[in-house]
Amino acid sequence: MIPIAKKIRVLIAKPGLDGHDRGAKVVARALRDAGMEVIYTGLRQTPEDIVEAAIQEDVDAIGLSCLSGAHMTLFPEVVKLLKKRKSGDILVAGGGIIPEEDVPKLKKAGIKVVFGPGTPLRDIVAFFETAGKGA
Amino acid sequence: MRAEDDRKALEKERKRWEDTTLRKAVESLPERRKEFVTTSSRPLKRLYTPLDLGVKTDEERLGKPGGFPYTRGIHPTMYRGRLWTMRMFAGYGSAEDTNRRFKYLIAHGETGLSVAFDMPTLYGYDTDEPEAKGEFGTCGVAVSSLEDMRLLFRGIDVGEVSTSMTINSPASVIWAMYLVAAEERDIPMSKLRGTIQNDILKEYQAQKEWIFPPEPSMRLVVDTFEFGSKQVPQWNTISISGYHIREAGATAGQELAFTLANGMEYVRWGIDRGLQVDDFAPRLSFFFNAHNDLFEELAKYRAARRIWSREMRDTFGAKNPRSWLLRFHAQTAGVSLTAQQPEINIVRTTVQALAAVLGGTQSLHTNAYDEAYQVPNEAAARIALRTQQILAHESGVANTVDPLGGSYFLESLTDELEDEAYRYFDRIQELGGVIPAIRKGFFQQEIANSAYRYQREIEDKERVIVGVNDFVVDEQPELEPLRVSEASLKAQVERLRRIRRTRDAKKHARSLDQLRKGCEGDANTMPLILDAVRAKATLGEIIDVMRETFGVWEEPLLY
Repeated sequence: MIPIAKKIRVLIAKPGLDGHDRGAKVVARALRDAGMEVIYTGLRQTPEDIVEAAIQEDVDAIGLSCLSGAHMTLFPEVVKLLKKRKSGDILVAGGGIIPEEDVPKLKKAGIKVVFGPGTPLRDIVAFFETAGKGA
Repeated sequence: MRAEDDRKALEKERKRWEDTTLRKAVESLPERRKEFVTTSSRPLKRLYTPLDLGVKTDEERLGKPGGFPYTRGIHPTMYRGRLWTMRMFAGYGSAEDTNRRFKYLIAHGETGLSVAFDMPTLYGYDTDEPEAKGEFGTCGVAVSSLEDMRLLFRGIDVGEVSTSMTINSPASVIWAMYLVAAEERDIPMSKLRGTIQNDILKEYQAQKEWIFPPEPSMRLVVDTFEFGSKQVPQWNTISISGYHIREAGATAGQELAFTLANGMEYVRWGIDRGLQVDDFAPRLSFFFNAHNDLFEELAKYRAARRIWSREMRDTFGAKNPRSWLLRFHAQTAGVSLTAQQPEINIVRTTVQALAAVLGGTQSLHTNAYDEAYQVPNEAAARIALRTQQILAHESGVANTVDPLGGSYFLESLTDELEDEAYRYFDRIQELGGVIPAIRKGFFQQEIANSAYRYQREIEDKERVIVGVNDFVVDEQPELEPLRVSEASLKAQVERLRRIRRTRDAKKHARSLDQLRKGCEGDANTMPLILDAVRAKATLGEIIDVMRETFGVWEEPLLY
C-alpha cells in the first residue's frame, strides 16, 4: 500500500477591519491549485476568531493578510493566543502593506515570514509546503 | 452605395499592404509576441484603420464636446475653460493631524479636498470601541464625533472649497456632521459643494466596507438623494465608483460595466421612491480608476460617457441635459504601485494621470510613490501633486479638447468596451439584477477570477512588471516613515470621553430614540441623523441604532 500523503491544511485569514481581500483570495487560490486544503475565513475576524477557526479546522499553518496598517497589533496577538491554546506548532505567515522596519519586530513576535507586495506566488506556496513537513 | 464602394476599396488596399509590405517585414523581423494584449488581457490588432470603425457616423459615435453623446467630453471647452480639480486623497491619525496635511496640500496648490477615513470610521465604530483596536488613524483620519469634524476643517473655508469624503455605509452620518459643522459657522447648506462616496453596491462587490444588508443600505442612499436635492443642491450625494472594483482585480471592461450597472440601479431606486429623475440625476457623480494601459483607460472613460448619456435619456427619460452627463473623478491605480524600487512609481502614476486627463476627468488624485508601504509622507504627496501640475501646465495636453478623438484605435477600442458593458448588463439582468447578482457572488467571483489571472500572468512572466519580475535590483528602499502618534490616539479617546460626559444626556437619548423610530418606519433618515449629530451623538452610537434596526450583511465566502 502506498500511503496517501496528508494534504497540507492552511487557514487564510483577514484580521481586523481591513476589507482589501484581493491578495488573500489570490493566495488562497494559488495554495489550492498547489494541492493544499484552504479554508478562507472571510473578513473582519478577531485574533480570537482566527485561532478558534485554526484549531477547529486542524490546520498546519495560518496566512494572515492585513493592508490597513493594524498588523503590529493583530499579527502578534494571533501567535500569542495560539501558544495559549497549546497550538504554537501552527506556522503563522503574514502579508500586506507592511513597512520594512516592522518585519524584524513581527518575526520576533513569532510570525515566521512576512510577504510584502510583489512576492511571487511560488515563494508563498513554497513556504506553506514546509508546514506539512513537520506533520 | 458610395460608402460600400469606399469600404471595398479600403479592404482591397489593406489586403495588398498585408500581402506585400507587411509580409516582408514580418519575415525579416518576426513580431515580439504571438499576441499583444492590454492590461486587462484584451487582445489587440496590429493596426487599426477606418475599417475597424463600424457603420456609425462620427456624429452618432462622438458628437461634439459638450453635446450628446458626450464621448469627447462633457464641456465644449474642457480644460481650456477650467483645469480639472486637483484633489488629493488625504487622511491619517487624528483630525488635527489631517487638518495639517490639508493645509500643507492647499499651500502647495491643490484645488479641492478629499478625506480618507480610518477603518473604524468606515465601519461606523468610534475610536474607543474594542473593534477599533490597532486601527486608529492608520489608513485615514478618525472621525467619531461632530467635534472631530470641526477640527478637521478648522481654518479652512468650507463655503469656498469643495470637499470629497470617501465614506460609504456611514455616509449619511458623516455628511450630517459636515453639514452641522458648517451650520455652526453660519455657512448655509445651499452653499456647500462636495461629494460623499455613498456607493454601497460596490462595497458588496469589491471594497467590502459594508455594514447593513443591501435593502436598508439602499434606502439610506436614496434618503440622501432626496434630502440633498432639496437642501444641499450643489452636493454630489453619490460617487458611483469603479475604482475599487478595479483595484480588487477587475478588468477595465468589468470596471466600466459593473459601475454603470450600479449607477442605473441607483436611478431605479430613486425613481421607485417617487423622485423625478431630473431632480436627482444631475447630482450623481462617478469615480474611475486610471490604470497602466493608456488607450484602454481612455476608451473606458469615453465609453462610460456615451453609455450613461444614452441610458439616462432613452431608458430613464431624463429631459435635463445635466442628467445625461457622466462627471467623474479619477485616481491613479494604487494596485499598480510596487514596493520594489518605489521611486519608479512616480513614472507609473504620471502615465496613469495622463490617461485620466486625456480621458476628460473632472478631478484627479495622483498616488504617492511610497504607498505600497504606507500612507504617503509629506514629500511623496507633494511630488504626486506636482505630477498633475506638470501635466496641466507643461505637457500641453490641456490645450486642446479631446486631442486623441478620431484615432482609429481609440474609437474602435471605445466601441469594443461599450459592447462588453452591454453584454454584462444582459448577464446581470439574467441573474435578476444587481442585488440578486451580489447575493449570488457574481461580481465577487468575476473580480476574483480576473485578479487571479493577472497574478498568474505576472508569475509566468507573460506580463512584465518593471522591478518586480524583470529589471530587478537587490536593494532596500529608503523611505521616510509616517507613523500615527500615540499622543493623537490618547487625545482622541479623551475627547470622546469628555463629549459623552458633558453633553445633554436627555437630548442625546431622545434624538437616538427618534432616529430608531424613523429607521423602523419609512421616514427620510437625514433630518433625524442631523438632530442626533446636533445632540452630540457619536458616529458609533448612531450606527449602533441602525445596526440594531437594519441588521448586518454577511457576504458569500468565495475566492
